[in-house]
Amino acid sequence: MNLNLKIWRQKDATSKGQMVDYPLKGVEEDMSFLEMLDVLNEQLINKGEEPIEFDHDCREGICGTCSMQINGRPHGPDRLVTVCQLHMRSFADGDTIVIEPFRATAFPVIKDLIVDRGAFDRIQQAGGFISVNTSGNTLDANAIPIGKDIADTAFNAATCIGCGACVAACKNASAMLFTSAKVSQFALLPQGQVEAPERVQNMVRQMDLEGFGNCTNTGACEVECPKGISLENIARMNREYLSATVKG
Amino acid sequence: MGILDSKVPSGPLADKWTNHKNHIDLVNPANKRNIDIIVVGTGLAGGSAAATLAELGYNVKTFCYQDSPRRAHSIAAQGGVNAAKNYQGDGDSVYRLFYDTVKGGDYRSRESNVYRLAEVSTNIIDQCVAQGVPFAREYGGLLDNRSFGGVLVSRTFYAKGQTGQQLLLGAYAALNRQIHRGKIKSHTRHEMLDLVKVDGKARGIIARNLVTGEIERHSAHAVVLATGGYGNLFFLSTYAMGCNVMAAWRAHRRGAFFANPCFTQIHPTCIPVSGDHQSKLTLMSESLRNDGRIWVPKRLEDAKAIQEGKLKPIQLKEEDRDYYLERRYPAFGNLVPRDVASRAAKERCDAGFGVNKTGEAVYLDFDSAIMRYGKEKALTSGMKDADTKTIRALGEKVVEAKYGNLFQMYEKIVDQNPYKTPMMIYPAVHYTMGGLWVDYNLQTTIPGCYSAGEANFSDHGANRLGASALMQGLADGYFVLPYTIGDYLSDDIRTGPISTETEEFDEAEKHVRDRIEKLMGGKGEHSVDYYHKKLGKIMWNKCGMSRNAKGLQEAIDEIAALRADFWENVRIPGSADTKNQELEKAGRVADFLELGELFAKDALTRNESCGGHFREEYQTSEGEAMRDDENFKFVSAWEYKGEPKDAVLHKEELKYENIELKTRSYK
Repeated sequence: MNLNLKIWRQKDATSKGQMVDYPLKGVEEDMSFLEMLDVLNEQLINKGEEPIEFDHDCREGICGTCSMQINGRPHGPDRLVTVCQLHMRSFADGDTIVIEPFRATAFPVIKDLIVDRGAFDRIQQAGGFISVNTSGNTLDANAIPIGKDIADTAFNAATCIGCGACVAACKNASAMLFTSAKVSQFALLPQGQVEAPERVQNMVRQMDLEGFGNCTNTGACEVECPKGISLENIARMNREYLSATVKG
Repeated sequence: MGILDSKVPSGPLADKWTNHKNHIDLVNPANKRNIDIIVVGTGLAGGSAAATLAELGYNVKTFCYQDSPRRAHSIAAQGGVNAAKNYQGDGDSVYRLFYDTVKGGDYRSRESNVYRLAEVSTNIIDQCVAQGVPFAREYGGLLDNRSFGGVLVSRTFYAKGQTGQQLLLGAYAALNRQIHRGKIKSHTRHEMLDLVKVDGKARGIIARNLVTGEIERHSAHAVVLATGGYGNLFFLSTYAMGCNVMAAWRAHRRGAFFANPCFTQIHPTCIPVSGDHQSKLTLMSESLRNDGRIWVPKRLEDAKAIQEGKLKPIQLKEEDRDYYLERRYPAFGNLVPRDVASRAAKERCDAGFGVNKTGEAVYLDFDSAIMRYGKEKALTSGMKDADTKTIRALGEKVVEAKYGNLFQMYEKIVDQNPYKTPMMIYPAVHYTMGGLWVDYNLQTTIPGCYSAGEANFSDHGANRLGASALMQGLADGYFVLPYTIGDYLSDDIRTGPISTETEEFDEAEKHVRDRIEKLMGGKGEHSVDYYHKKLGKIMWNKCGMSRNAKGLQEAIDEIAALRADFWENVRIPGSADTKNQELEKAGRVADFLELGELFAKDALTRNESCGGHFREEYQTSEGEAMRDDENFKFVSAWEYKGEPKDAVLHKEELKYENIELKTRSYK
């Protein structure tokens, strides 16, 4: 198939960016979206032009590195996939595809389609852990039974890959889905409940400091999340936060 | 020889680690504050090591090329992590895990290291649960287990098909806790380009800030390399695109011996190649072999019809299918170790029985599992006379609960529904057992330079068993290295900070800058990928699942020629003082072009077949691997001497005092 690509080019964090047109011929439908960009980049390099820089690593949908807005949607048109798992069979011959970086004040552009998601790391550093040393002398793993339902719900929250699609999808660029997933995972498990009140307050404080917007319950984050992280986590975080601050 | 001292403690196998810990020197907490440690790589091994060292009180600096420590490729491990907990009461023990690992590695690993690994495996599970890792549980609330290839017990702990992700996020959380305390300084989007030695000891690294292109000096009292494996040597592999050998190779060039480079694991259950545009291969967890049955058509004409799209697999009758693993290995069936399963698939495909258009795929079929689970579910739900359709629907639900995410991934990539038609799989490069040579303390041949996780060679011999990579990464990082490194650092309590304004740092930085300049100065004929793909083809065709002397010699010559061409003609657009992904790739491929040659040389030197190293000249009449314990019961540790062809071999003889060497049989 032949495509008309419109891709955001930006030299570095301080330069002004712009959309550039790239027609691309002979795309096969078995290619992944990123392999299609590889083909374009190979052509650009052979012409002596600078290739388009984009973040990617595992290319199997789990590391959370790849991140781009395709025709206005984070990770493109398919549900429950990252860009690296999106295949060209989702597009048709002659399509125009607009490719931009994730847009959010808290995710400044580094180059082309690459953004800085360090804010996510800093939210985790503020409290996304259980304070237990790695001595190896902890309780036996089966000392505290955990109901399968609770374990499964905690697991589902823990599958967040930290890609930032929730922020890019949100009209307020809110990071509530991301933050709440980690808060939920630990609030659900007995091991994490001990320091749950401090955790939720610290993580929310950092989230606000980073310049993410507020949540207005639109739900776009849940729809665009490649891992299907549920809005219930946001509700749980709100309850945790309220109870922590009231008790506080 | 004699140059290699493995420093294995004396005494009975089961007491070695405890005795060793009791007798090594410790660093007093007040002194730890004055000692700096660099950890390169933040996957399971590096992340857990950094977190633990910081907890102990050392000042740690971490480096990773990714934008966050959470993205290291440990995250992609699917199946699980082994531990000798014996929660299932099926006869598991530390000894049995040790035995299985040594046997699985085809008797090419060090007994003492493997025993220690098995010993601390149980702590890993306790530790991870305490950290909030959400492992799969049974309805009673206790942890669930499953079985994996090459063993007869259920000792694998898992979190759906995302065990690596959950364990890595556990280590990442531990890391974050220390970053928050200021004990770890995290450098993301940074790549180590050289190791700096002062007075023969590792004292720092030169790193490139991948965003700004700045070349930075970082000093420390010790350097830990936990930078993963080098499977991207083959271009197509299940590794993340950025995985590379640079840190390990730079250390090798500075004096760290590189061990068993030719020991590579080719994993049997990957999604087959679809075309020339392919950039990487996707693994599907080996756990699928618990329930999936592997087959190809019995008759060549059926295989041909399938390849041409004239026949569908579900049209083929049971008696026309060849379940070749069950046929060849009745005791282990579909659960033989990875090397055996991969070679058997290649054997059938080479004989013309492959099932996709290129003839390089075999079926992995869930039909019998779906029906078996369906019947059980129908009975336990009180349905005594359920019809086939109901049973199938119930069975599909059970299979979905177990493998749902893998099935979804397969369908996304291949565009076929694996509940209705068998999956197609083919082997792909997945893990490298070889790596930096380390002693019992995980120290390389450079004092103060340690290596952990997949980056070292230590525990898996010539073949790794499933669910053992996560175990080794966390064992090294949480429970081994933090002890052993203290013994070395106890001599450094009066050293004080290491200056970066020294001749040694000047020399290393200049070396790095010259190399970048040379890369950028290529005449510009071909892209980096052009060379990487060529290298990958040579490796896969001549150093892949089976090797012979002629092919290996050709590979050595071809790689050397390709390397010369690369340095002459590579084209890297843009400049070096900014973000430049082509430059990043070029540096990595340049090192692969050296390692590839050493790899082939190592394979050519090892005149036997063992584990993942299958030399066609050394096989039984039934096509099974023929080990030569008399002549090759050693670790090959290569010393850098300039060109790969000049590398010098040192042998570490392996002693088996607790296990009797046997021909590995899974029949």
